[in-house]
Parts: sequence; C-alpha cells; structure tokens
Amino acid sequence: MANFLEAVLGQYNNWAFIILLMIGIYAMIAKNNLLKKVIGMAIFQSAIILFYVSVSLKKGATIPIIAHGHGHDHGAVAHAIDAASYANPLPHVLMLTAIVVGVATLGVALAIVQKVNRVYGTIEEDEILEKIKE
Amino acid sequence: MKIIALLVSVALGVILLVATNDLPEWGDPQSPASTHLSRYYIENSMEQTSVPNFVTAVLADYRGYDTMFETAVIFCAGITVLTILRRSHRRKKKDVQPRPCREGQDIILKSAARLIAPMMQLFALYVLAHGHHSPGGGFQGGVISGASFILLSIAYDLEMLLSRLKERTIMFFSGLGVLIYAGIGAICLLLGGNFLNYSSWSKILQVSEVEARSHGMLGIEIGVFITVTFIMISLYADLASGGEMDEGL
Amino acid sequence: MIQSQLPILIIAIPLLMALAISLFGRKSDILCFYLLVLGMAATFAAALGTLSQVLSTGESIHYYLGGWSAPHGIELVIDHLSSMVLCMISGVALLVGVYSKRTVPAEVPFRTEHEKIPQRVPNYYTLYSLLIAGLLAITATGDAFNLYVSLEIAALASYGLLALGQGRAYFATFKYLIMGTIGASFYLLGVGYLYIKTGSLNMGDLQGILAQAAMQHSTSITIAFAMIMVGIWVKMAFFPLHGWLPNAYTLAPNTSSCLIAPLMTKVSVYMMIRLMFSVFSANYVFVTLGWQNLVVPMAAVAIIFGSISALGQKNLKRMLTYIIIAEVGYMVGGAWLGNANGYIGAVYHILADGMMTLCVFMALGAIIYKTGDSSLESMRGIFRKMPITAAIFVLGGFAMIGIPPTCGFFSKWYLVTGAYEAGQWFFLGALLFSSLINAIIFFRIIETGFFPDFNREKESGHHEGKVAMAEAPLSMLLPMVITALSLLLIGLYSKDIINGLIRPSIPPGLL
Repeated sequence: MANFLEAVLGQYNNWAFIILLMIGIYAMIAKNNLLKKVIGMAIFQSAIILFYVSVSLKKGATIPIIAHGHGHDHGAVAHAIDAASYANPLPHVLMLTAIVVGVATLGVALAIVQKVNRVYGTIEEDEILEKIKE
Repeated sequence: MKIIALLVSVALGVILLVATNDLPEWGDPQSPASTHLSRYYIENSMEQTSVPNFVTAVLADYRGYDTMFETAVIFCAGITVLTILRRSHRRKKKDVQPRPCREGQDIILKSAARLIAPMMQLFALYVLAHGHHSPGGGFQGGVISGASFILLSIAYDLEMLLSRLKERTIMFFSGLGVLIYAGIGAICLLLGGNFLNYSSWSKILQVSEVEARSHGMLGIEIGVFITVTFIMISLYADLASGGEMDEGL
Repeated sequence: MIQSQLPILIIAIPLLMALAISLFGRKSDILCFYLLVLGMAATFAAALGTLSQVLSTGESIHYYLGGWSAPHGIELVIDHLSSMVLCMISGVALLVGVYSKRTVPAEVPFRTEHEKIPQRVPNYYTLYSLLIAGLLAITATGDAFNLYVSLEIAALASYGLLALGQGRAYFATFKYLIMGTIGASFYLLGVGYLYIKTGSLNMGDLQGILAQAAMQHSTSITIAFAMIMVGIWVKMAFFPLHGWLPNAYTLAPNTSSCLIAPLMTKVSVYMMIRLMFSVFSANYVFVTLGWQNLVVPMAAVAIIFGSISALGQKNLKRMLTYIIIAEVGYMVGGAWLGNANGYIGAVYHILADGMMTLCVFMALGAIIYKTGDSSLESMRGIFRKMPITAAIFVLGGFAMIGIPPTCGFFSKWYLVTGAYEAGQWFFLGALLFSSLINAIIFFRIIETGFFPDFNREKESGHHEGKVAMAEAPLSMLLPMVITALSLLLIGLYSKDIINGLIRPSIPPGLL
C-alpha cells in the first residue's frame, strides 16, 4: 500500500491531468449550456496536452535545442550530443499538432453554437430540446 | 444526466489512476519514451538535417507528413466555419441598432494598436525565420502575425480591416499556404525522391542534401505561416461578426 | 517511377484537388464539380493501381514519407486489407461525386429570404475533397499518431458537410462534434500510454515491442487498449455510444449522407481491425485479455437494438441510419469472434455494407430529390413513377436482407459460420433476427411502392396507366446503376475477393 501511494503521489503530473480530464468530461456531458460544453471540451483537450508534455520531461535536461548549433560546424557538435541532457522533443511535436487540431475543433464548435443560437434563439440544451418537440 | 456524467468522469479518473501505477518514473531519462525514438532524433537530427532545434527538425522533417495534415486541418476549419456561418447581411439598416460608435473616443487605443501591430508583425517574421535555432516556427509566427491583424480590427473596426484585406484575398492566401507545403512535397516526387523528401531539392538549390533539408523546412514553415495567419483572421472575422463580416466586436 | 509513388498519390491527389477547388473554383460552381470528379477519378485509378501491385507481388507496400525509414519517419503501409478499403473509399467518392452534380446545387446553397449565402458550393466541394483525403490517409497510414491527425481532418470536414442540412442539423452536428471529440481524445490518450510504455508510434514497431512478455501483462497497456477501443467505438456509433448518429445523418443534406453514411462507420471499423491486429495482436486481444465474451454480446445487442428501432421509424432516412447502427454491430461482432470466418465476414462486410448503404442512400436521395419527402408514404406508386430507382432500391434492400446472390448474403454466411464456430449463440441469433427484421422493413416498403395510391386515384379520377414517369436525371441514375451492379458483382465474385484479398490478410493467431 505504501509503495502504491508513493508511486501514485510521486507522479503528481498524472494527478493534475487526471483531475482536469475529469472536469472536462463532466462538463461536456452534464452541462446544459452549449458554450459550457465547448469549454469542457477545451479543458479535456488541454489535459491531454498537459499529459503528453509532462512525458517529455527528463530530470536534469535542458530544452531540446543545441546551443550555438549553427550550420557550419555541425560535424564537430554531433559527437558531443548526449541524449540524456536534452528534453524529449517528440511529445512537443505531437502536441503542437494536437493544439492546432484543438484550436480548429474549438473554432468549428463555436461556429456551430452561434448557428444554433441563430436558429433557436437560445443555447440552453433543455430549451432547445423543448423547441424541437414543438 | 448529471449522475451519468459523474459516473463516467469518476470511472475515467479511477481507471487512469490505476494505469499510472506501472508507468515509468516521471522524468527518468532512461524511460522508453525518452530512449527509443527520441534518442535517435536527438543524436542524429543535427547531422541529418543541420537544424539545431530538434522540435523543428522532427516537426517539419521526420514527421513532416503529420504537419502537412495539421496545416490542412487548420485550412479545413477555416472553410468549415466559413461555410457554416457566412451570410451576406440583408437586414434593413434601420432594424439594426448601431453599435456604440467609438469614433474619436479611443485615440489612445488606436494609436497604441498602430504602434504595436507592426512590431508584432516584425516579431512574427523573426519567430518564423529563427525557428531553426530557437523556439518558434510557422505556427507560432503565424499566430502572432494573425493576432496583430485581430488587434487592429479590435482597436478600429472589422470593416476597416476588411476594406484593406478583402475576404477573397484572405481565402486565397489561406489556401496558398497549404499549397506551398504540399507543393514543396509534390515537387520532391518530380525530382525523384519520396513525397516531402526535401533532400531531393539539392538538385535545384545547388546545396548539399543536408542543407537542402534545412531549406525545405524553412519553405514549408513559410507555407504554414501564411495559412495560420490568414485562417486566424478568417476565424476571428467570421465568429466576431456572426458571419456577416460587417462590424465585428 | 510512378509505380513506386502510387501510395502517396492516393492521398495527395484529393488534398491538392481540395486546394485547387478552393483557389480556382470560386468563379463557377460547375467547374468545382468537374475538378472534383477529375480528382476522384484519378484517386480511384491510383487506388486500383496499388491494389493490382499488391495482388501481383503478394506483399504489402511500404512507402516512407520524407525518405525516413520506418520507426523514425512516418510510413504508409498498403497491404491486402488496406488496398481493398482504399478502393472502396475512392470508388464511393467517385460515384457520389458524379451523383452530386444535380443534388449539390439543389440542396447546398440554401437561400432563404433573410439570408443569401455566397460561395457555398466551392466550399462544399473543398470539404468533400478534404474528407476523402482524410479517410484515405486513415486507411493508408502505418503510424498511430498520424492516424489521429487524419481522423481529425476527416471529422472536421464531416462536421461541415453534415451541418449544412435543415435547421435542426446544427444541433445534431454539435452533438456529433462533442462525441467525436471525446472519441478522438480517448484514442489520443490511449496512444499516449502506448508511447510512454514503448517509446514508439509506428504500428509495426509497436507490435514488435508489445509482443514482449512484460508488455503483455502490463495494466497500462490494457488500459491503453481499452481507451483506444472506446474512442473508436464512439466514432463508429457502436451501441450504446450511438446516440449522435441518427439525427446527424438524417438531417444532413442528401449528398452528405450518401457520402458519409457508407464511409465513416466503415472506415472506423477498418481502424478497429487495423489496431486490434496490427498494433496489438490476435493473441493479445483474444487470449491475454479475452474480452470477446463481453464485446460480442454487446454487438448482438447493438444489432437487435438497431433493427428494432429501424422497424419503428416512419422516416425512411432515419430508418436507414438505425440499420447502419445494426450493421456496425455485425462488423464489430465479426471482428471480435476471434476466428478466421468471423474476420472474413467482418472485412468482407466492410466492402459489402459500404456499397449497399451507398446504394440505398443514393436511391432514397433520388426519390427525395424528385418527391421532396422521405416518409414511407412518399414511396407510394414509386415503381411506376421511377422504375429504375425503385428497382435499385429493392436490390439494395435485398442485399441488406442477405438474399443471394447479392453481397449481403455472403458476409452473413461467414459471420454466421464464425459465430457457430465460436459458440456465440446470442450473436448468431441476433444476426438471423436482424435479417428477418430487414426483410419485414424492406418488403413493407416494396409493398407500399408497388401499389399506387388507390384512394387518391379515385378522387382525382386518374387511370393507372397515366401516372407520369419522372425518373431521376442521368447524372444520378448512372452512379446508382453502377453501385447496384457492383452489389451483384461483389456477390458473384465473393470467392475471388475472399481468397485473393481477405484470406492473405488474416492475422496470425486466428484459426
């Protein structure tokens, strides 16, 4: 049990992202206001981004850029590269993509909410459902 | 509905907490995520692409195909929002309450925006051009440059922006950016390489294959920059004016 | 040279065509249509080219983007399974493209007296082309993260295409967007766990690492698998995650539903099969986890639920969407049966169901185009008014019921055999039950369509022979006839398709 707690508490990055994820999915399903659903969606996506980015951490490593690495002397620099001293670049790349996808989805979602508002005059889900029934 | 949502979110949380149990230690340089692929990128990207920023090298070259789709996603979102929202305003002018006229009241805001916007655009170009050596690149630069236009249209009026930058121009350039990206990739096919293999550009550019990769990356970053800038403007203009492209906020 | 570059052409052509339509098609709507058809025809040709390449060499094609070898760069993998699905997608895209000549200008501009919407047709065709590029990229990719990006581009384009329907379509699309984002995010989360544990994103590489004993019994890998599966099930509207589908598809413009209904769910099923067997393995899914006793009955419930709900619908388009939910149950159940016959049934059904859904949706779209109504009553006397369309609809219905020699029979045959071998009696019963329900549904429609409206004729004094023929235009009939013929051809050549294409793709470990 103590081991388990240590393992879980030591990874507080996971706690952060899991709590955000739970808030996000709760808002997406439970909230009545469509805009709040959209906000939940944004939280949900950000939580996943946080999760990926936290994976790229390496203790004692710096940003994934070679300092003073200008084009001409790269042959010499290449020998000195130690993988453990640079943070993992791959999750950053993946999340750059995911952020862009998130922005795109958010934009489309906002457009649809505006259009829903134009058709029904409200963005509360229960009021919309009532108007559909009529 | 609330109970279902609570159940789903708690279940998700519990499952994910259980999953963390046997994950590698956080920040361990020897974890699989930090060794397998990422070590290869860190050790070889300088030699193979002559780009010291690993993130740029992986983004624009090793996983350049992903990034092409990502640019297409942005473009697709712009088109989707336009298709959903756009309408020409036919409401009679007298029905519309004119929004509070800000003419002459916010000279500070306008002057500040006029000063800041060119600086932002300059900085955006710096971020774009220096993406090989420092944090930055097409997306980051594009967002800054798009924000400079949005700033102008907030300080003045959307109409002022759209009178200088026609809607057709915006859509043309946002498509053009993706076309530059895909075109650079497609020309590699004609030069005998695989799609997006920038090293085949060395035949045209008269540089070594490694240098050609670096130049190719800059080329596609420019494409990304253009698309992101104009789609940001288009998204803002559509969403802020409800698709009527008139007054904005 | 062009031979070795075919895999990327399949994806690059629709992408470039989308840009061409957006940049040069603003002047004239009909130009957009021709550009689209040209692009889709070229894509279809490229897909056929890879199919013949795969068939002649018998090996899968690996295409390295950017020239980077497998785990470091992104690769496209085209094997027997994916080349078949690529041909199906590009074929459907071409047929619907031709079909859209009349329907898009009729449905999409949607001018009301309050608002006039400029430039909708070029935008519509741009999204159409982007959707196809996304779906083809999903099918061809060999990289788990690239799959997510392709999935999102297809999803975003489909939101745009579906939202353009009647007023209520926006709310339905909003629900679809929320569910679709949850699905894609779950998938992304699952891939994240896989990446943490293995450090790789390439599907082949992942499979190699996951085969290690330590990975086989890791909790986080199990949870990653569950996340990925749930995410894809949301995307394919697998019961009980189907809630968004009926409204989104029913209220959409007919062209959009013709395009999206056959493709979206089928590509999701393909994704599921690909991830189950090419990232994880048959051994892991069926022996180590052994969840088939949970999933297959769920699929059976999906089939029964879909069929019964379809029976209760008055609106024909909505009825067909519930049949789609039932068909998803067929394919998920077949893939999870854990034996070769179930797998063959599921994969063959991707092809067969794609074509028969297309067939009935196109025929119904033609009827709606002519009569402006999609209720059961609109079918009255349809055999006299639109004999060819009605015949095509009936053929599609026969395929859905599973009457030989249409293709629907053969997929059901393999699914039933597989269910029998696996001892999944509930699933077997559900398959037969749904055939029965489909028979009731379609014979009810045929009966309505065959007999004219006697009451109205008496009132208006019309004689039977005088009902005017009002067949759909040629641009709609031609793709419909080709689809209907393909249903028969896929059925008649089922043996060749199964032996030539599907059997070689059976993953090791399935008996």
